[in-house]
Amino acid sequence: MREQLLKVKTQAGEALAAVLNSQDLEAVRIKYLGKKGELTALLKQMGTLSAEERPAMGQLANEVRTQIESMLSQRLKALKESDTAAKLEKERLDVTVPGKKHSLGSKHPLTIVLEEVEEIFMGLGFSIAEGPEVELDYYNFEALNIPKNHPARDTQDTFYISENTLLRTQTSPVQIRVMETQKPPIRVIAPGRVYRSDAVDATHSPLFHQIEGLVVDKGITMGHLKGCLEAFAKRLYGEDTRIRLRPHHFPFTEPSCEIDVSCFRCHGSGCPMCKGEGWIEILGGGMVHPKVLKTGGIDPEVYSGFAFGVGLERLTMFRFNIDDLRLFFENDLRFLTQF
Amino acid sequence: MKLSKKWLKNYFDFEMSDKEFADAMTLSGSKVEALAYEGEGLKNIVVGEIIDIKKHENADKLSVCKVNVGDGEIAVVTGAQNIKAGDFVPVAKDGATVHGGKQIIKGELRGVLSEGMLCSLAELGLTVNDFPYAIEDGIFILGDDCEKVPGKDIREAIGLNDLTVEFEITSNRPDCLSVIGLAREAAGSFGKKFTDPEHKEFETVKSLENLLDVEIHDSSKCYRYVGAVVKDVKIGPSPRWMRERLRASGVRPINNIVDITNYVMLELGQPMHAFDIRYLKGNKVNVRRAVAGETIVTLDGLERMLNPDMLVIADAETPVAVAGVMGGEYSGVMDDTETVVFESACFNGASVRSTAKELGMRTESSARFEKELDPNGCLKSMAFALELVEKLGAGKVIEQVVDCKAFDEVKRTLEFDWEWINGFIGIDLSREEQMNILENIGFIFEGDKVIIPSFRKDIEHKADLAEEIARFYGYENIPNVALTGVADGKLSEKQAYEKLISNTLLSLGYSEIQTYSFINEKAYDKIGLEDNSKLRNCVRLLNPLSEDTAVMRTTPLPSMLDALTLNFSRRNLIAKLFELATVYKPTNEPLPFESQKVILAGYGAENDFWAVKGDVEELLKKVGIMDFRFETTEDLPYLHPGRAAKIMAYGNTLGFFGEIHPSVQERYDIGMRITLAQLDFNSLIGIKNLKRNYSPLPKFPAIERDLALVCDKKLAVQTIKDLITTAAGELLEKLELFDIYEGAQIAQDKKSVAFNLVFRSHIRTLNDKDADSAMQSIIETLKTKDISLRD
Repeated sequence: MREQLLKVKTQAGEALAAVLNSQDLEAVRIKYLGKKGELTALLKQMGTLSAEERPAMGQLANEVRTQIESMLSQRLKALKESDTAAKLEKERLDVTVPGKKHSLGSKHPLTIVLEEVEEIFMGLGFSIAEGPEVELDYYNFEALNIPKNHPARDTQDTFYISENTLLRTQTSPVQIRVMETQKPPIRVIAPGRVYRSDAVDATHSPLFHQIEGLVVDKGITMGHLKGCLEAFAKRLYGEDTRIRLRPHHFPFTEPSCEIDVSCFRCHGSGCPMCKGEGWIEILGGGMVHPKVLKTGGIDPEVYSGFAFGVGLERLTMFRFNIDDLRLFFENDLRFLTQF
Repeated sequence: MKLSKKWLKNYFDFEMSDKEFADAMTLSGSKVEALAYEGEGLKNIVVGEIIDIKKHENADKLSVCKVNVGDGEIAVVTGAQNIKAGDFVPVAKDGATVHGGKQIIKGELRGVLSEGMLCSLAELGLTVNDFPYAIEDGIFILGDDCEKVPGKDIREAIGLNDLTVEFEITSNRPDCLSVIGLAREAAGSFGKKFTDPEHKEFETVKSLENLLDVEIHDSSKCYRYVGAVVKDVKIGPSPRWMRERLRASGVRPINNIVDITNYVMLELGQPMHAFDIRYLKGNKVNVRRAVAGETIVTLDGLERMLNPDMLVIADAETPVAVAGVMGGEYSGVMDDTETVVFESACFNGASVRSTAKELGMRTESSARFEKELDPNGCLKSMAFALELVEKLGAGKVIEQVVDCKAFDEVKRTLEFDWEWINGFIGIDLSREEQMNILENIGFIFEGDKVIIPSFRKDIEHKADLAEEIARFYGYENIPNVALTGVADGKLSEKQAYEKLISNTLLSLGYSEIQTYSFINEKAYDKIGLEDNSKLRNCVRLLNPLSEDTAVMRTTPLPSMLDALTLNFSRRNLIAKLFELATVYKPTNEPLPFESQKVILAGYGAENDFWAVKGDVEELLKKVGIMDFRFETTEDLPYLHPGRAAKIMAYGNTLGFFGEIHPSVQERYDIGMRITLAQLDFNSLIGIKNLKRNYSPLPKFPAIERDLALVCDKKLAVQTIKDLITTAAGELLEKLELFDIYEGAQIAQDKKSVAFNLVFRSHIRTLNDKDADSAMQSIIETLKTKDISLRD
């Protein structure tokens, strides 16, 4: 009996080792442990044993059953693992193959930079004003201290619609429109399209964008102009950016200045981008001329203000290293989708 | 304005480096554009003395010179004919660089060693205007006005060693278009007081009997005319120092008289002119408007047609100069001129400006006059010119000058509100410090008032004084101050909505474009607009650059089609583009109505009619247009009549959608079908609803039914949907089309349309009966419209 039991155990072990799939495993289980299995058959012979032998044999038979069961479950586990491994191997994909295309559209580069500028100024408490592109001569020139025959009109070759209407040559007319409708404190930027009769080439376009800024309040000084534009330059080009003001002339600001930022590529040491100067001109501005405040209906003895203007194309060309203005208005997708 | 450093030194001698000088000038408002050194490209060229000249043994046309170059003698082979022993000439030694970059290296010429090259004027970058005694096609033989020291650097020896500082002068500062003006600015920049040069005083008279009579006929265009006469003129070259300074200032030396007029203009900023008295008929100067039909041949040899808006200088009969712009060809100074009339006048800026513009000639003179010069400067400038005549021995000066004045000499003053200036700029200077700055540049104080120098026409307001203080104190020294106070920076509703539309279109795969606001009017034909279309009524430019940018667009369609054409022609096989485009509609007011259109379009794989329609539907939902419909239309000439829809919501037309008409597509030369939609921004924002309220998730199950119908081929699905929705009652939660079929088993003029219907109640579980009765009423309603169940 003992030999038989041990033989069953050995045979079951060998059979399990040969098993390759779960069906075969089940067959082995039935063969040895099933109701009609070999171990059950042996146990049925237990009755033929003497009363002394019976407990020992009973214990051995249980041990054999437990051992076969444990071998079974180990084998089952091993089989499952190899099945899974085989499945995974079969499902292997080349992950370097590109994914399905779902192209998002691309924002126009001018919009990207405009939104950046808007964010910065909104953070400084500016809201965004708008004005018409077809504008009265009055707002574009007269009210800005540029009377008829003023030499400054020469440098801004104007598209006229009639004697008194034109395509605005600058966003500055929005200054007057804001002053006419809003009481100080005023803190606005006015982005938009402007027009000058320049033939198209890499650096000229009859249509381009400016962003005008206007601040009017009691006690505004040129120090505020400097502080505000330095904050703008630092947020746009990084904390180590410095600004430099050079006196200039605009009819509607006094004092006037052009504003350079330290070159964002070489940080002031001189490189091809800044033509070796270490500075790049990006803004024009100044204190709003008291005459202009007065024209806008604001008492220059009580209030003062500063104004500035930025060329959006110029900022964008610097930002993305674009060397040809024409690309902005051609709308070639090979250009647009780079941003 | 090109400034000679040598010239500036007469009035302001700077000790710092050229770069430091330039930076300081830039930061005080006179922007330095460039520093140009004369003779910069020349290297190793010295004065040589020709010791002797021998014939070249192997070449008839060459000779061999022994030349003393200071540190020894060298042999130079030359083909030049104009030299002789004893001449001093420029010698390019071994390793030299001449003008234009050519290098000179010693070598054998026909078997004889040549250790250098003798130079002509051109090889030094000069012309005979710079050295009138030299010849153009020979060696430059140094005259007595050069330092004849063998071995001396040629640039030093002939004065080709100036620095030209090129300034950008703003239009409000014509006084800075002069050496004096820039010297004054330089003094101010370095905290020094500028002193004006003194000039001899001449007696002024109304006319010089039998010699010169001046009359100003239009005092609105001419404020002053000063005339003087110089007799016994000997026309000849001006001295080297004068030629040198003119050259460094970018002006070509001509002869002593002409050079004097240019010299005075450059030094004092006052344009001058010189006439030969022989050509002033009647010895008369009439400053008058041109008469219609009059012409003049100007110095540049062109005949100019004049008109009565133009001011001329005329003699007793005809114009001899266009006032302030250019002299006449026949009245100028010539080699045999014996008596000269000098003119130092002041003309109205706007008049000179428009005359110069109309005649298409902008001169050094007109560029100054058009910015409004100071009539007070005329007499001083004349005095300076006459001083120069005497200094150069160019003629005999008549000691009385004619002075015709047509302006009021007013002393212009301003209150000196120094505390306001401190507050305006944000600085804290004392009264004295501010006064000091202003006095340095010519302002004079009289109690509480400051007298404005007459040449500073730009100073009119205390803010202008503030600028003078600020720029000489230094913009960089003004402390930066942060803006304080409460200010709410946010987008307006309109701006936020624009961003919502753009961002939605970007996520639907459309790329943003930016197109010109002006178009070619022919585009309206190209998109097939009817002749009487309202869109043809547009704002026109009076002076467009070309036809392509002649009218302000009333529709964004042509711009979009142009962008698509460009992309197609550049072989971009797929395109999805959008623009928020402004359009301009004429009104009865002076200004047109400007509004925005949202236009989106696509071509290429996967961008067919249905795909773009799906995008439009998604866009509308996302931007808060809750209930929109597409209605068949055949009214839009640019769209395919069978593939066009109006987009409607709450009875308003929002825009249109459809495929571009094949003829339009052909005219734009795009080889693919284009589907496109246009929406009116104001209509969208007017009806948008972006408020959202949570509705509870359904608690009760739904019942689904499918409905397959057969109807007339031309019947719109929207019509069937409307019928079903009305008939179904409120239990219908969702109605979706899932199939349209035409073909076998369906009659020729019919189509099969299948819908999926979902019924649900929010208060109870529906049973089959509920659905059945709803379906029954739907079917009956449809039957009345000849829509039957599909067998």
